[in-house]
Order: sequence, then C-alpha cells, then structure tokens
Amino acid sequence: MPRKVLEPRFSVEYLSILDSDGNLDAALEPEISPEQLQTLYRAMLLGRRLDERMVRLQRQGRVGTFAPIKGQEASQMGSVFSLRRTDWMVPSFRETAAMLWRGWPIEKLLLFFAGHLEGGQPAPDQRDLPITIPVATQLPHAVGLAYAAQYRGDDVVVMAFFGDGATSEGDFHEALNFAGVWHVPIVFVCQNNQWAISVPIKKQTHSRTLAQKALAYGLPGIQVDGNDVLAVYAASRDAVEQARAGDGPTLIECVTYRLGVHTTADDPTKYRSEEEVQEWERKDPLTRFAAYLQKKNLLPEGLEQEVDAEIAAAVTRFEAAAAADPLRMFDHVYAEPPPHLVAQREEMRERLRSDNAPPEGEPHPSPPMRGQRSTSRWRN
Amino acid sequence: MAVMTYREALNVALREEMRRDPRVFVIGEEVGLYEGAYKVTQGLLKEFGPQRVVDTPIAESGFTGVGIGAAMVGLRPVVEMMTFNFAMLALDQIVNSAAKMYYMSGGQYNIPIVIRGPGGPAHQLAAQHSQSMEVYFYHVPGLKVVRPSTPMDAKGLLKSAIRDDNPVIFIESETLYAVKGEVPDDPEFIIPLGQAVVRREGTDVTVIAYMGMMYRALEAAEELAKEGISVEIVDPRTLRPMDTETIIGSVRKTHRAVVVEAGAGFAGMGSEISASITECAFDDLDAPIERVTGENAPMPYARNLERAKTPSKEKIVDAVRRVCHAQGS
Ligand SMILES: Cc1ncc(C[n+]2csc(CCOP(=O)(O)OP(=O)(O)O)c2C)c(N)n1
Ligand SMILES: [Mg+2]
Repeated sequence: MPRKVLEPRFSVEYLSILDSDGNLDAALEPEISPEQLQTLYRAMLLGRRLDERMVRLQRQGRVGTFAPIKGQEASQMGSVFSLRRTDWMVPSFRETAAMLWRGWPIEKLLLFFAGHLEGGQPAPDQRDLPITIPVATQLPHAVGLAYAAQYRGDDVVVMAFFGDGATSEGDFHEALNFAGVWHVPIVFVCQNNQWAISVPIKKQTHSRTLAQKALAYGLPGIQVDGNDVLAVYAASRDAVEQARAGDGPTLIECVTYRLGVHTTADDPTKYRSEEEVQEWERKDPLTRFAAYLQKKNLLPEGLEQEVDAEIAAAVTRFEAAAAADPLRMFDHVYAEPPPHLVAQREEMRERLRSDNAPPEGEPHPSPPMRGQRSTSRWRN
Repeated sequence: MAVMTYREALNVALREEMRRDPRVFVIGEEVGLYEGAYKVTQGLLKEFGPQRVVDTPIAESGFTGVGIGAAMVGLRPVVEMMTFNFAMLALDQIVNSAAKMYYMSGGQYNIPIVIRGPGGPAHQLAAQHSQSMEVYFYHVPGLKVVRPSTPMDAKGLLKSAIRDDNPVIFIESETLYAVKGEVPDDPEFIIPLGQAVVRREGTDVTVIAYMGMMYRALEAAEELAKEGISVEIVDPRTLRPMDTETIIGSVRKTHRAVVVEAGAGFAGMGSEISASITECAFDDLDAPIERVTGENAPMPYARNLERAKTPSKEKIVDAVRRVCHAQGS
C-alpha cells in the first residue's frame, strides 16, 4: 500500500453564547455570579470610555501614539477575567482594558503613553509583562514564563495576547511548537480583529480559521465569537483550568473587529469601507452584554457617569505629573550602572543645568582639549 | 591548578554553576543527549536531567525568547547557539527584548541570561559559518559581550557571566576549544567582567588583540623581539563593558598602538578602540594608530583564500614596524 489516507484529528469548535441581538443559548450560559457580571461589564465599559478619552487626549497632543481597543473589549475582558492574580498576563500592544483589569492604574497607562518610563513599570507584585512592539516576539517569553512555572512546580497559568497578523510571524509558530512539545501551562489568545493595519485577514493566511493553526502543533484550538463576552469567558475558563490541571496549552481565536484606527497615526478610511465598519458596529460587544444584563436587572443606574468620573480624576492626576526627567534614561540600562553611563549622566546633568541657566549666565563648560580628557565617555 | 582544554574549562564552569545554583539551566539545540555540537555540555544531561539540560526544536528565536521569559522570573538560563552565525535568527529577541526589558519595565524585570557558543573565523567553514559576530552585539546598550581567549578566562568569565544580572553574549571559538592551559580548581574562582589583561609586557608598542588574533600577536611579538622591538599585548576579554583604562594606560607607556581584529574591519572593534585612544591619549601618541583587520569580504571556503583574508602574523609584524618607524630585517 504505497499511498493511503492518514486521519489526523481535524475539527475546530466554534462557540457563541450570546448573539448580537441579545439572544442567549441558555444551555451554554457560563456560571457567573451577578456581582461578577456587573464587575465584568464595568471593566469593559471602563476600557471603552478610557479608549475614547485617550483618542481625544492624543489629538490634543497630551499623549503620544497608541493602539485603541474599541470593539475588542469582550475579547480582552472575557479572557483575562478567567485568570487569578497570581497568573501571568503577557500583552501585545492593544490590551488597555485587560491591563486595567490586571491592576495598571489609569494614570500610569496615561503616563506610559506620554512617554514616562515609570508608566511601563508594573507594581512589584503584579504579574504582567510590559507592552511589546515587535509583533509576536512576546509569545516565546510567555512560553518561558510557563516553562519557569513548570520548572519550579508553581501553580501558575500564563495567558498571552496577540493579533491575527501575528500568526504569520515565526515567533508565533515557534512559541506554539515549544508549548506543545513541553506541555506547559499557557493559553494563547488571538484577537482576530480582521485587520493588520491595512492587510485583511484573507491576505494574511489561506487557513479557514486561525484556531486550526494549533492543530499542527498538537494543541487544541477553538474559535469563539470574540464580541460575545460570555463565549470568550467560557472558552478561556476551560483553557485556563486545563492548563492549571497540567493538561497543556490551548489556542483561542476571538473573532472580533477593530472599530477604530489601527493606531492614532492611521486613517482606516483608506483601506476599508464604511459599510463594513457599520456591520460590525451592530455586533458591538458592549451593547449586547448590556442588553443581557438589562434582562437580568443587573444594569446599575449612572454607571457611565461613575466610570467617566473615575477617568477624569485619573486624567487630572496624570496632568499634575512633573515632566519626565531626562536623567532617568540611564537608570535601568544595566543592573548596576557601568562607569561610562555614570559619566554620561553627569555630563548630561551639567548640560541641563547650564541650558536652564539665564542667557547672561555662565558659558557652557567646554570639554577638555582633544586627546587630553582624563576619562573617555566610554571608559568602563 | 589543573591543565585542561578550553572546552573542558567551559564544561567545568557550567557544571560548577549548575551545582551552585538550582536556577541555572542550559537550553539549546543538541545540548542534551548529543552533549553539544562542540561537546561543551558533556555529561551535563546525566548529572542534571532533562529539565535543566533542555534539547529544543531548531528555532533560535524561539528558545532565546523562552530563555528571556524564564530569566524575567528569576531563572538563569544559559542558551547555547550551535554557532553564533545562527544567532542572527534570534537577533530581535536579543536586541529588542533581552537588552531592553529591564529598561522598559522600569527596572522590574532584569534578564540574567547568558547566550554562548562559538563564533569568529574557523577552519574552512565559509561565508555563512565563519564570521566575527560580536560586532552585531557590542553596539547595543544593555548587553555585555565577552570574548575569552584562554582556558582560564573561559572558566572565570563564564562563571561571572552566569552570575551577572544582565544579558551576556559570550562568544567562544571553534579554533580554541582544543587549546590547553592552566585553570584554577577553586569553584569560587571567577574573573570579573570588564577587566582587560596584559598578556605580554613590553615598552615600544601596544598591540590590542583577542581570541585567535591574540595568539597571532604573541607570535608576532616573538619575532619582533628579535629585531629589538618590545611589544606589549593587551587582551580586552570583555568588549562591553570595555576596560579602556588598561588599554589607555598601556598606550601612555608605549606611545604606539596597533589594534588587531579578525573580522571584516569597517566599523569594527578596531575603530572603537582607536577612537577611545585618540580621545584619551592623543598627545601621548608618537605615531598614528594602525588597524589590522580581515579583508572586507565574506569568508571564502578555500583554505588558501581563507588564509589570505584573515589577519596574519606577518601583517601584524608589518603594522608594528610601521608605527615604530622600523625598517624590518
Ligand atoms: C516585527 C514587526 N513587524 C512589523 C511591525 C509593524 N506593525 C505594527 S502593528 C502591525 C499589525 C499587527 O496586526 P495584528 O497582529 O493583527 O494586531 P492588531 O494591530 O490588529 O491588533 C504591524 C505590521 C511590528 N510592530 N513588528
Ligand atoms: Mg489584527
């Protein structure tokens, strides 16, 4: 028999629990307490309202370029909601809602996007990695965290975020392969928002789903309605439980949509139609979840005002922060400052002092003549 | 003191550090059962088991990234590159993650990782397999870069690198693995990173060289001694942070300098060291600094071409004669 058909298991589950009209599949409804449902909704709303506020702050020049999350609140919150504080969250660059939930204070995020180094500094007990820019490179780190957990026997699960475009990068495939071979406790969450800047998913891959890419690595993959927070939560909770029980990694593909710009430096009208955006606006994750809560009588009055007030107070604190101190750029280059950085820092301190002096003040101290410096700026 | 090969010295360093600190583990291609492409990890799998001596799929970016992740939470990975030529596949992980994470996290996550393996010109390994790779790393703030020339340095510096809290690029050499030398037995023997060493004392000219080039410079010095030229040889050992103090001190004494590097020259270590000498000791110089580098072409495969491309003893001798205004014999 020279030629025969091998039959690798090949099927991908799709999960949807609450559709865009608010219809519920009660048999699949996950068990979440009323208080938790309200907490979840509040976190999604906070993500949305802060996102909108941040776009305005960016337009006013008060924060720099950032990647808005509008439309992806259910994908992010449904997934991180299933983690414990002691688990790890590894973001890409579009997880503001998830980061807030994990404990980043609003003003710290604003400081980050205003370029302050301390904005990227997680609290000592916070198990989150910083935002990372090179697409998919955070995924091997996440596997490393999971490997370390396995190495030490820690009861820890790692959840890593990335986009649809990231699934074309080598690091995505390498990370899934390593996770499969080592069977480490990790959950990969792909936010398939249909676009990688101007490149649509159809040009990114010929695969029918992104979830099925897990199968090549011997891992389960599941596709969920990423605008349905109940479905995202149910799939994530199962995957996290499985990882925690030592039953290995899972890839979750959240089918969602980026309603806003790629980043504040982007103009999406150049590459996608208004009709497409409107079609997805009808599937808004917040509207649908609000309707579900309304039916349960769980939607508190005045929640939006409360959330906006929280944001406004944080913006005020952010605005009160002093300008970033240039000398801090030398603080965390090496674990111990090498002499050449100490020398450069001192030189900069002098320069800043004399730059700030009034014009009739002392002239700039000029450096010693060539070839006669007592030390090199590179002396170590 | 025991006499051992450079390879054995590295192996002992790994073994001692793994015994000393349970957070240290080795990860890479062929490091376990096969004991390393160049047998540096011999016996480690047997002593420490597969959790601490990890054979990986062939994916340099992936296992370097895994090492970085594990380092963030306090493990101390030693990542083996089969050769540093293949570290190019992990360049983003090294430059954008290993070197930056401590900075970007405001000091929350330092990366105590060592990335080690052979690099530099070897014997007939050709264009993609025989390059001086340190140039790609020493430019990057946040990385330390080590090039150990002797068995003693191999042991002492690797142990320091493993104990260091920063990412360290540690580039060995195929051509040195079999070199023998004295190595202290003391498991607490280390050589701090960032300290150059004077390999040979002299009074007329300072030659700065490391790895295979350091040995070639020693041969050149022997020959030049016969002509009455006394050569001092400084081996930087750590390229970043670099001990410019020892280099400058030597130049202030001899008033002449020749920098030797095996790589292709342009914007290489020789440029950096020459610039430092000019900044700090211009008025001490009695002659322009000379650089002796490999030719600016990819490494050829043929043995005679390879020899012609790489700096030779004769080229070093000629450069020294020029800066000493000597005619030669
Ligand atoms: C390695 C790398 N290549 C290119 C870029 C530029 N870039 C930034 S975001 C992006 C698209 C990413 O798309 P996706 O993974 O779908 O995430 P999304 O932006 O949709 O959240 C690209 C190409 C980058 N940051 N890193
Ligand atoms: Mg996308």
